[in-house]
Amino acid sequence: MGIELASLSKSYDGQNWTLKNINVQIKSGEFFTIVGPSGCGKSTLLRMIAGLISISDGTLKIDDQDVTNLPPQERSLSMVFQNYALFPFLDVKSNVAFGLKARKMPAAQLEQRVAHALELVGLSELKARKPRELSGGQRQRVALARAIASDTKICLMDEPLSNLDAQLRSKMRSEIRELQQNLGITLIYVTHDQVEAMTMADRIMVLHAHEVQQIGTPSEIYQHPANSFVAQFFGTPRMNLLSVHYSTKNQRHLQVDPLLDYVLPMDIEEGDYFVGVRPNALEIHATAQASNAAIKNIEYLGTQSIIHALLDNQEEVRITTAQNNTFSLGERIQIRATAAYFVFDNTGRAIFFNKGDGEDGRTNYKQTVTNAL
Amino acid sequence: MNKNITGPNFQRLGQLFVLILLALFILIPFLLGFWTSLLPTADISKGSLWSSHISLDNYYTAITQTPIIRYLFNSLVISFFTMAAQLLFCSMSAYAFVFLEFKGRNTLFYVFLATMMLPFEAEVIPNFVTVRNMGLLNHYAVMIIPFLTSAFGTFMLRQSFLQIPGELKEASEIEGLSHWRFYASVVMPYSRISLFTLAAYSFLASWNQYLWPMLTTFSDDFRPVQDGLRQLQSQESFNNWGMIQASAAIVVIPTLIVLFIGQHYFKSGLNEGAVK
Repeated sequence: MGIELASLSKSYDGQNWTLKNINVQIKSGEFFTIVGPSGCGKSTLLRMIAGLISISDGTLKIDDQDVTNLPPQERSLSMVFQNYALFPFLDVKSNVAFGLKARKMPAAQLEQRVAHALELVGLSELKARKPRELSGGQRQRVALARAIASDTKICLMDEPLSNLDAQLRSKMRSEIRELQQNLGITLIYVTHDQVEAMTMADRIMVLHAHEVQQIGTPSEIYQHPANSFVAQFFGTPRMNLLSVHYSTKNQRHLQVDPLLDYVLPMDIEEGDYFVGVRPNALEIHATAQASNAAIKNIEYLGTQSIIHALLDNQEEVRITTAQNNTFSLGERIQIRATAAYFVFDNTGRAIFFNKGDGEDGRTNYKQTVTNAL
Repeated sequence: MNKNITGPNFQRLGQLFVLILLALFILIPFLLGFWTSLLPTADISKGSLWSSHISLDNYYTAITQTPIIRYLFNSLVISFFTMAAQLLFCSMSAYAFVFLEFKGRNTLFYVFLATMMLPFEAEVIPNFVTVRNMGLLNHYAVMIIPFLTSAFGTFMLRQSFLQIPGELKEASEIEGLSHWRFYASVVMPYSRISLFTLAAYSFLASWNQYLWPMLTTFSDDFRPVQDGLRQLQSQESFNNWGMIQASAAIVVIPTLIVLFIGQHYFKSGLNEGAVK
């Protein structure tokens, strides 16, 4: 069951757009993630697809059928919520059976469906318990079982893992992914966590400032971010954005400072740019004679450390390094460029990337985003 | 060091002492009333509380010679229907105030609330005129119909319904539950502790009504207990205090039952809680 969003928009007051012109085609059986910072409208978008919030403009098609104005129960989908949405007065089994009962399914078939769903999430033994007697992870599994039991081909999930602790979250990530694969359902998954989006999704939609920033596979989004917002949103620690001015007399040298210098393979127009550099694409030289930065903070992570340094032009950079325990606070260092970098224009739009592997060139990304910064 | 250990214990003893004292203050009239209900009236009149004639005679007299059982029945009927109606109508109006979106919802709610501020005594005369014109005087209906709903009950249930997570409503919408079914299968069970509390409250409020039934009932066929008790006192020139005391004790029994059940549910409600 494919889902098509055609210039879907939402406005609550008729003046300001909460969501503007969302276009995407979600393929049948796809794991589609909507990601963005809080307040970007991702939950609103999900609820519009579910039918819980009305659509102001545009059309929504499920399986080529226009469902823009249909009530939720006629869209044949299921939903899993952040706070599980379990009924505290019903036991696990009745919670899972809730939707089926509401749809007046014959008892025998209902029993069988519920039992199967509980088995899939590994909760068969706890079916007589009340939700309050379960842990957070088990509660979310009940919610998953309810979605599975409904046997719909589309499932919507609204930040289902954000109430769980980190360890459980990574376990549930793979469980959800596995379930989705085995059941062959189309899953639309909303999250604010870029790691969840990257690790689980077939495709990611990045929402920010009421608009789609980019839609693509995790690797497309990481390797070819459409703009500086997307570039900084994905990857920890965040990508460094260093402002530079370029004029043709610089002869293809994009200079952050005299020691941190990027050589462009081609000429670009004169103007202000941002050089985007991932923290792992900068080198630190402590013993070099000339220095251009001072270490402000060191985060020791075991296999690597994150160095926060202040360039002499007062810009802060984050660098990850495997050289542990070799630096000290306040130490003068030399920060040097490697071959991998991105170039964004002064509106934040990506115009250029250089992965340092010979595949250099201008981005062919056509999407224009006005307020990416 | 030593002080630190004994300090809290002393405090605790002090607390217990105060609590016991207060409990005695509350319990003594109650126990005294129960005790006198077992004494012959002659002894009560003499003021001697230590009598050798402890018996249930007073209860026997009360039941056989006064309409106290009829009063009890009247009160049970009135209180039960008032309670049931309030549960139904208060929950339905509270549902509308929480889950239905309509113009002027909040304004209407505040108007609703404002009626809570009116003392009942101020409404007595207009209400009396109304029920007289409707021809309801001296009937069960006169003690039930004006109390079919209450602003307090609606207010209380609204607060309780507001606690229901929005996700439960959304999950129900996805399954296509209508407002009626959502009300019946989610809202009511979710808020059952508040409903029990309201039930106990409205039952007791109705049971303890005095002024209104006094004005509107004229015969033992419809008179509720509180007015019935008063009736026992004034009917005879010589007051049989032992019997009156026994009747009062009988009248208290349903109240105690309601409180006992209510407390049980209230306790279980404390560890119910929402799934968060």
